[in-house]
Amino acid sequence: MTSKPLKQIHLAAHFPGVNNTTVWSDPKAGSHIEFSSFVHFAQTAERAKFDFLFLAEGLRLREQGGNIYDLDVVGRPDTFTVLAALAAVTERLGLTGTINSTFNEPYEVARQFAGLDHLSGGRSAWNVVTSWDAFTGENFRRGGFLPQEERYSRAKEFLATANELFDSWHGDEIVADRTTGVFLRDAKAGSFVHTGQHFDIHGQFNVPRSPQGRPVIFQAGDSEDGREFAASSADAVFSQYASLKEGQAFYTDVKNRLARYGRSHRDLLILPAATFVLGDTDAEAEELAREVRRQQVSGATAIKHLEFVWNRDLSAYDPEGPLPGIDPDAGGDHISKGRAQVRMYRDPLATAREWRELAAANNWSIRDLVIHTGNRQTFVGSPETVARTINDFVQADVSDGFILVPHITPGGLDPFADKVVPLLQEQGVFRTEYEGTTLRDHLGLAHPDDVRGERAAS
Amino acid sequence: MSPSSLHLAVALEGTGWHPASWREQVARPRDLFTAGYWADLVAEAERGLLDFVTFEDGLGPQSSHYGELDGRTDQVRGRLDAVLTASRIAPLTRHIGLVPTVIATHTEPFHISKAIATLDYVSAGRAGLRVQISARPHEADHFGRRTFPRLNLEELRTPSGQERLTDLFDEAADYVEVVRRLWDSWEDDAEIRDAATGRFVDRDKLHHIDFESRHFSVRGPSITPRPPQGRPPVTALAHQTVPYRLVARQGDIGYVTPHDADQVRAIVAEIRAEQEAAGRADELLHVFGDLVVLLDDDQAAAEDRRARLDALAGEPYTSDARIFAGTSAQLADLIQEFSEAGLSGFRLRPAVAGHDLLAITRGLVPELQRRGAFRTAYEADTLRGLLGLPRPANRYAAATA
Ligand SMILES: Cc1cc2nc3c(=O)[nH]c(=O)nc-3n(C[C@H](O)[C@H](O)[C@H](O)COP(=O)(O)O)c2cc1C
Repeated sequence: MTSKPLKQIHLAAHFPGVNNTTVWSDPKAGSHIEFSSFVHFAQTAERAKFDFLFLAEGLRLREQGGNIYDLDVVGRPDTFTVLAALAAVTERLGLTGTINSTFNEPYEVARQFAGLDHLSGGRSAWNVVTSWDAFTGENFRRGGFLPQEERYSRAKEFLATANELFDSWHGDEIVADRTTGVFLRDAKAGSFVHTGQHFDIHGQFNVPRSPQGRPVIFQAGDSEDGREFAASSADAVFSQYASLKEGQAFYTDVKNRLARYGRSHRDLLILPAATFVLGDTDAEAEELAREVRRQQVSGATAIKHLEFVWNRDLSAYDPEGPLPGIDPDAGGDHISKGRAQVRMYRDPLATAREWRELAAANNWSIRDLVIHTGNRQTFVGSPETVARTINDFVQADVSDGFILVPHITPGGLDPFADKVVPLLQEQGVFRTEYEGTTLRDHLGLAHPDDVRGERAAS
Repeated sequence: MSPSSLHLAVALEGTGWHPASWREQVARPRDLFTAGYWADLVAEAERGLLDFVTFEDGLGPQSSHYGELDGRTDQVRGRLDAVLTASRIAPLTRHIGLVPTVIATHTEPFHISKAIATLDYVSAGRAGLRVQISARPHEADHFGRRTFPRLNLEELRTPSGQERLTDLFDEAADYVEVVRRLWDSWEDDAEIRDAATGRFVDRDKLHHIDFESRHFSVRGPSITPRPPQGRPPVTALAHQTVPYRLVARQGDIGYVTPHDADQVRAIVAEIRAEQEAAGRADELLHVFGDLVVLLDDDQAAAEDRRARLDALAGEPYTSDARIFAGTSAQLADLIQEFSEAGLSGFRLRPAVAGHDLLAITRGLVPELQRRGAFRTAYEADTLRGLLGLPRPANRYAAATA
């Protein structure tokens, strides 16, 4: 360990949104829609020299029991549009957008990412997600047309097709010579033909090659297919495992898959989502974290969370009382719609049994149980403790860095930027200035043309 | 102050609308794919107090033929997504409206609805959209979901061409309907943050739109709350009855292409009749005239410049819109004549962006101001405000009230 040079940490900021980690009831909580919130958040991330800002996506408002879910933050702006606007108020910060490969078409999405890359001077990244469900599909022309098992085959072909479009321009086609009247060196610039299982398209792409050549590609799925997709095709994984053991297991698993695709450990970054609560002392932070958890899990929220697993209306239960004695409805249509299906809901009977035992053993109410089993704050402590833990985790290959999700919009990142980042910088594990201008530069990723041997050394 | 009664917009297109415009010394053809280029143009338009700028777009390379690619290398080819470009510029401007083109034929109304709503948020109420259809077979090939037979503009005038066009415009009308319903799918006060009950939103103020038609089935609600303007203005270019009907049914502004005052009267009469038929007679619907402009200190210079550009292009530039080459004062005369004939505004297409946009903001605008015909300061912060369009009530709120 001592002889190994210290890994440099990558840090990103996830604009908090639609989930119960976002505390909207706090007096400091602002709008998650108004552009000023995004400006504040992005400029804080850039002031702290973060690698990028991250936006999640959801294409249908979640419902539970046939009603729109009303306890959490609802609503978000359009990803591309808000990222393009943020490019105007930042200079170096990467701009990562989650865009679904099921409810979009490659020509349009490739145009948008190439355009965002041009308009931001090489800072665009695409988190390719594959949510497939018919519920979301009801908002689109073709409806929920994709069987679940085909989502990654479409995602893979979608990304491959987009890459063909990105690569259809080499970067030297625009001559714009006033005297000779030659604008374009090659009338066929942008030509492509793609014939496959999901797409049969041809023609000419109308966006010239962008500063990064291709946007940086993120993947955020966890299944076997998802991990293979990441290993074969992504530059970074947005994962959910930020604890020591789970993180290391995921890290090892995904990085070990790279060799199969002729890629090295450095070609794919693992960046888990992580929350944090800071205090002047560790004890103060622990106390604060407990308060935050209670804000995040109201009694009503606790009941709703139990309903995800029980798949029944539990509104008659007292959140401060014991867990329901009845078993989950494992058969019927799920009453919770529009949520990524998490493993814990896939075997509801086992989960319910486990939770009941846990609650009985600890004398927990429904709300206590949800507070204890839900997503805990990843990093809790004084700035020193949090900086040390983050560094320890990265050096121990839990990850290559973290995507921080504050629980307050938009000011929640400020204390981290002001107090933790300087400590990481002092330890020499986080940049004090941006060295490059593109997101690829920040992440230490090669330019695709260098990989292809097409860019002359300059 | 009441909104200016004459409205002026500029249509931004590459280095300008003349295909040889990129060869002018003032042109910046190598900057077309940078944000700075567009920021400079829009800043200039805002300096001229214009109502809004439109951004052209297309889902394939530009061509001098409508129906197919021309393989030419002597003209500007390639462009950036208009919604993204408008959004990139929004935080750099304060007053001017931003109206990107969206293609209804190949895109999803759900995505566009939230994109324009978001443009409205990032610009604090200055978004609009220009809806366009694409009948181009080569653009359909980029999506592979439908095939269009080869066509040219003459064929579009035949009965079978008209049928195809009607179909595409009906689809566009449905598209706009979906977009606007999605904007309304959140009532303005849906976000309640009621700590007492733990509810962030009042779900009774969120509405499924349940739109069903031959082309679309969209359930809603939107994921983006109702935009600041309620409904950003919808605009469309229209040359004949079928598109006039789209404007009359769904538009806030139609761009038309009359070549003289008689044509102005005829077109406006037709649109008003369609508007009445659509049951919107009492709603404000602007009809703007599109004009390609080459402006110089004297008419001979403007005509010389046009001849020089045509020579560089290798053929005379033709357009659907009237091409005006002359002085600012002459253009102001024409604008006033067409206004009296029934137009409420103009969308000027600068032949050379680097020259004619400045001539509009620094020549035409002061000329119109001297005549008391154009605003001397922005009198509203939103695009609807500038256009004198009221903020619409939410259709779903009305239904429950
Ligand atoms: C940490 C994490 C974040 C995710 N964020 C999103 C998101 O913002 N939008 C979305 O549609 N899906 C999101 N997903 C869902 C996945 O990307 C993926 O589409 C889904 O889980 C199915 O893939 P899987 O079976 O490989 O997990 C996320 C998943 C994970 C693990």
